[in-house]
Amino acid sequence: MLKIEPRKEPSRVMLYATPFLAVLFTIVAGFILFSLLDKNPATATYLIFISPLTSLYTITELLVKATPLILIAIGLAVGFRAGVWNIGAEGQFTMGALAGGAMALALYEVEGLWVLPLVCLAGALGGMAWAAIPAFLRTRLNTNEILVSLMLVYVATLLLGMLVHGPLRDPDGFNFPESRLFHDAATLPALVAGTRAHVGFLVAIIAVIVAWILLRSHMIGFQIKVVGQAPRAARFAGFSSPRIVWFCFMISGALAGLAGIFEATGPVGQLVPALPVGYGFTAIIVAFLGRLHPLGILAGGLLLALTYIGGEAAQISMSLPSATVQVFQGMLLFFLLATDILVNYRVSWIASGRRPAKTALQQPAE
Amino acid sequence: MTKPDDAYLLELEGLTKTFPGVKANDDVSFRVGHGEIHALLGENGAGKSTLVKMIYGVLRPDSGAMHLHGETFAPARPSDARAHGIGMVFQHFSLFEALTVKENIELGVNPELAKGDLRQRIIEVSDYYGLKLDPDRMIGDLSVGQRQRVEIVRCLLQNPRLIIMDEPTSVLTPQEVDVLFATLRRLAEEGCSILYISHKLEEIRALCHTATILRGGKVVATCTPAEETAKSLAEMMIGAILMPARRESSSIGDVRLWVNRLSLPSQQQFGIDLKDISLDIKAGEIVGIAGVAGNGQEELMAALIGEHTLGDHETLQLDGKPIGRMGPDERRGLGMCFAPEERLGHAAVPNMSLIENAVLSARIRKNLARSGFINFREAENLSREVVEEFKVKIVGLDHAARSLSGGNLQKFIMGREILQAPTVFIASQPTWGVDAGAAAAIHQAIMQLAKEGAAILIISQDLDELMTICDRIAVIADGRLTEAEPVANLTIEQIGVNMGGQAERSAAHA
Amino acid sequence: MDLIVNIVLGIIVAATPLVFASIGELVVEKSGVLNLGVEGMMIIGAIAGFAGTIETGSFMVGILAAIIAGAAVALLFAVLTQTLLANQVATGLALTLFGLGLAALIGQSYSGKSAPDFPKLNIPGLTDLPIIGPLIFGQDGLVYLSFALVAGVAWVLTRTRTGLIIRAIGENHDAAHAIGYPVVAYRYATLLFGGACAGLGGAYLSIVQTPLWVENMTAGRGWIALALVVFAAWRPWRSLLGAYLFGGITIIQLHSQALGLQVEPQILAMLPYLATIIVLVLISYDKAKARLNAPANLGKTFFAST
Repeated sequence: MLKIEPRKEPSRVMLYATPFLAVLFTIVAGFILFSLLDKNPATATYLIFISPLTSLYTITELLVKATPLILIAIGLAVGFRAGVWNIGAEGQFTMGALAGGAMALALYEVEGLWVLPLVCLAGALGGMAWAAIPAFLRTRLNTNEILVSLMLVYVATLLLGMLVHGPLRDPDGFNFPESRLFHDAATLPALVAGTRAHVGFLVAIIAVIVAWILLRSHMIGFQIKVVGQAPRAARFAGFSSPRIVWFCFMISGALAGLAGIFEATGPVGQLVPALPVGYGFTAIIVAFLGRLHPLGILAGGLLLALTYIGGEAAQISMSLPSATVQVFQGMLLFFLLATDILVNYRVSWIASGRRPAKTALQQPAE
Repeated sequence: MTKPDDAYLLELEGLTKTFPGVKANDDVSFRVGHGEIHALLGENGAGKSTLVKMIYGVLRPDSGAMHLHGETFAPARPSDARAHGIGMVFQHFSLFEALTVKENIELGVNPELAKGDLRQRIIEVSDYYGLKLDPDRMIGDLSVGQRQRVEIVRCLLQNPRLIIMDEPTSVLTPQEVDVLFATLRRLAEEGCSILYISHKLEEIRALCHTATILRGGKVVATCTPAEETAKSLAEMMIGAILMPARRESSSIGDVRLWVNRLSLPSQQQFGIDLKDISLDIKAGEIVGIAGVAGNGQEELMAALIGEHTLGDHETLQLDGKPIGRMGPDERRGLGMCFAPEERLGHAAVPNMSLIENAVLSARIRKNLARSGFINFREAENLSREVVEEFKVKIVGLDHAARSLSGGNLQKFIMGREILQAPTVFIASQPTWGVDAGAAAAIHQAIMQLAKEGAAILIISQDLDELMTICDRIAVIADGRLTEAEPVANLTIEQIGVNMGGQAERSAAHA
Repeated sequence: MDLIVNIVLGIIVAATPLVFASIGELVVEKSGVLNLGVEGMMIIGAIAGFAGTIETGSFMVGILAAIIAGAAVALLFAVLTQTLLANQVATGLALTLFGLGLAALIGQSYSGKSAPDFPKLNIPGLTDLPIIGPLIFGQDGLVYLSFALVAGVAWVLTRTRTGLIIRAIGENHDAAHAIGYPVVAYRYATLLFGGACAGLGGAYLSIVQTPLWVENMTAGRGWIALALVVFAAWRPWRSLLGAYLFGGITIIQLHSQALGLQVEPQILAMLPYLATIIVLVLISYDKAKARLNAPANLGKTFFAST
């Protein structure tokens, strides 16, 4: 019999220990899953978690995948802390890429150091504009932001598809649904020459640091936490909840938009319909895995990037189905949520025979 | 073990119940006779609620035994208790606002009873006991007193042999209390026993045949209340003699806070609209607002804090300056401080530390956030000062607010506001759920603040509290406020008549 | 005339999965639980139903497999949110991400295969009637089941003690617990029912509507089902109406050319999603009204402190 008692206050030990516990459980469950798929679990686990760390190329690839995850997750975490459930980051990512990409195509063959910043700014604004829709609808019209932001993901993907089939299509591209390759002035410089790792990772690191400082010691971070934890106390304190909702959507929209344009001007180099590959959803897992804490998100983003890279490796050398990584990520979030109870509650097993009520129950009631 | 006696309806023998960190009930034994109104008297936290929950089958005792009609009685769940003829009227009603009276009653009785014409029986029983009810009305539209009737009728429909009533009068006007007592006496005459939980001494002396007094989870005495004085009962309940705080008259100055014909439609589904409320509070004065819960106190508090800003700037004035459209921050900047009723989640953030909770409401007046960055060292100093001056028992300043006991958290909140040296201080239920010693300390601090020239408004359902510390008292009923009268000109009966405003009106169109 | 009959038939096929998923979620939400994992449960139902049908050749087995699979993943949600007290929003998202992944994993070996034609009702004489024949007497069994399910849910919720208890628990779980109702047990039951319904809705997609297995084939229908519950103001018959409305919007897509519409295909594909947003806005902008219908304890974690 599971006995659950509330703790007087959250356990800090458990707060930091549970993400590790969840990763551990996921690996164990992964062993079982691989065995079921008739693959050697030890080899698969090694390929997914260790092998990507053994070469410079895969490490730089890790940074490529981690950059959008970290950027998006930082923005989402700020929102989740305030009770703003923006789960449409994937759409904001797409719109960021689309807006920034359109800017880059408009400035095609224009030289100048200002071109790339302008393209990135357009990307951030594109993400913000898309995030403004659920923000406006929630604050003004009381509409649930979860469903709205999610519906907009589908709309954004279709919009991207429509534009690369139409106005943004490469004129010399034999009618392939993709844009021209961006001009050099609108391409993100590489972090390590000869690899796909780009300076966007540095921006992600800056975002982590700024978010950390804001959440830790600035009033805006304090307001976000109060609005999220106790809305009535926030009103009592004089914090405007609509303002916080807007702030959260704008931050997460801008960061998701940046992630989108970084992806387009970095590793991909053009606009293609398949640009959104689910970073916006995986970032939700990253945010929770990192305990909504910027430093945790940095670690979580790198770990989830690892599963992507490792998953690809395992897919190639063990012919593991590509969806395995997705299942892995889903399990990770499940275990994280399941172990969450240890933070706020004390959980113990008790032998069921010991309870006095049990014996009392057997007395015939008159 | 002695053979239990059939002469008693209910016998408790050595009931013990431990929660993590506290022994809520420690070897509790007493007996309730047939047709007896038995008081269970004790302070907040004395273990009364835990005890009755065990009798009603909500909780199970760790050890000890119960006998009903001389038979072993061990209810595993409330439906067992109900099947054995025990009914309970909860302090916090277990009612469903969006369901009708009939549906609520149907949910609370055993299935066999719910069959047949329940509607007709509700009308019959409520009429017979003088507790008029309309089965088809939504609970959310009823006054608190009417909701209690629903709970009582629900009990009565099951022909109970024992009714447990948990602090039933705390939500009633004095007149409604009289009606309730008449019903209870009639029930007792018909042979039904009543276990009556309260900490109100005069009530127990007037109503109950026997009283068992609990302190710190233990039975300290069993007595016949009519033979005791209120003072002797209080001594048994508290364990020490407390000198009631006395109001020293302080010099009254100019009007500081002026509420000028405030009307505000409610934003909640079952909320109360504020209607044409006027009030003034002068420097050095303590004004009280009495009233039964749910008559607009929360809405008024929200308007005064600035959680709901007002359309007309002039409706609210502080030292002659209009503040109606200002938010809480600006009002604090001008000298106002507030302590709302709900401690966790309104006055304090449960999972935040005491230091962060100090920042919550004191950052303006104590300048705790310069250019947006929080000065945690100063916030810590302020919290420490509060803890020391108000003798708040804590584990550490960096621990969560919810880890404090209710009384200690209330002291912390009152201290946090009072140490900001407000010129206008507004508190709702300042001593609700607080033990007698802490209540006296809080009253003392409030009176001291008034003496220093602050204008103070206390919203409370505890008439004794208001009569003790206030200069003038107004009554709120159905969103309307009466003129604030000097305490010397008022009697409890008069206040009671005003408090009943809503009940009578809603009964009229019921 | 044939075009209209065809359009209506198309609407029925498009609406039925939404009817199943939303009526299940409606019961779940009535009991005070917000399960955002409908999309995940649907896709699991879709693959389970498809795989079951292909492997055994029996639609009955496929449908049963979908119901069981949907309920099984819902059980996961129930354990996490009801026993382990996890946040319902986060757990619902996890269920969706996990479900999409797991379905893709299982579905890998089924892509490209197609299910046999699902049998339809055929009553000689009646089914041959013009217009009403195919519409009323020529549907497949699941369509009739979907109507029966809505009627059954409406009856249980408003006319039975079980329904009253479910509503009470959704309204105020603490009070329900104090009176003595097993809040957690009831919520497990509604969640399993919701999962089974979502699974059935998913199976309808993969074995009747398409009938194929395609990765991510639910394409947001689970989320639309969630929106339908809000649109329906938690009333069963209105959720049916909503599902048919959305079925209609989806069908415009297919018949746009016949109707002479000259629009980009992507714009047409956006319609259901945009319509969902518009419907949500219309239904919730009146704050007081929106709250009147929602179960008061929707999405709140219940912990029996005593």
